[in-house]
Amino acid sequence: MTTPNPDFVRPDEGLIGRKPFVREISKTGWYLKPPFKHPRYLRYMSREVTCVFIGAFTLLLLCAVERLSRGQAAYESFLAAITGPWSALGLLIVLAFAVHNATSWFNVTPKALPVQLGEEFLPGKYIVGAHYAVWAIASVLVLYFAGVL
Amino acid sequence: MAKSNKPIFWSLFAAGGTLAAFLAPVLVLLFLLVALGHAPALLSYAQLHAFAAGWFGKLFLLAVITLFLWHAAHRLRVTLHDFGLRQDAMVAIVVYLMAAAGTVLSVVYLLRI
Repeated sequence: MTTPNPDFVRPDEGLIGRKPFVREISKTGWYLKPPFKHPRYLRYMSREVTCVFIGAFTLLLLCAVERLSRGQAAYESFLAAITGPWSALGLLIVLAFAVHNATSWFNVTPKALPVQLGEEFLPGKYIVGAHYAVWAIASVLVLYFAGVL
Repeated sequence: MAKSNKPIFWSLFAAGGTLAAFLAPVLVLLFLLVALGHAPALLSYAQLHAFAAGWFGKLFLLAVITLFLWHAAHRLRVTLHDFGLRQDAMVAIVVYLMAAAGTVLSVVYLLRI
């Protein structure tokens, strides 16, 4: 047992009269208020919420596969149900978050996958650039395979 | 060393995030084209059914759906903490159960095609 440090005794315990300043931090809106009101925390939260949109889109994919397994009429009514301006708007928002997930994911690849060549590390821009190149090629291939290009 | 299940969920998160980074934008774009009334040829019933009937198509759809789901589930767990929901044990059970249910359903649906 160590003796308690009197500097860390709470003022209401009466040992000494100091009143340390304890900043109230909101559990729900901390990234909008000081001392965390800073673009890096907004960027962090914007990157984290991409999961809501990726998850929602995956449920849409799961619905599509379920409708596909139930035959042509079921699948075509699914396609008709997602045609229209409101689902276009929703999918545009999902697209923006999917792109944000991609760029934020690729931009940290030099930290996640550092490449060492002898004594030196390969500059991060080449690692990020390679990921962007593969992203572009994969997207073009999917568009070509889907009959869009 | 203490045993932890973190590596399992984290590697599913990382694999799903990488796959989503490469493929999610273009897949969303295909559905956006449907919404705009220009459905891509691949998403017609005949072509998509033929694609999903083959083993490559089945594996592709299974990988996309399950890894995206596990990625989103793990990140949602952390994000709910950041939004002030501190019941991590319960949150973890709910989000991972949803991902597991989606995994089972995708296998069932794909095997029916």
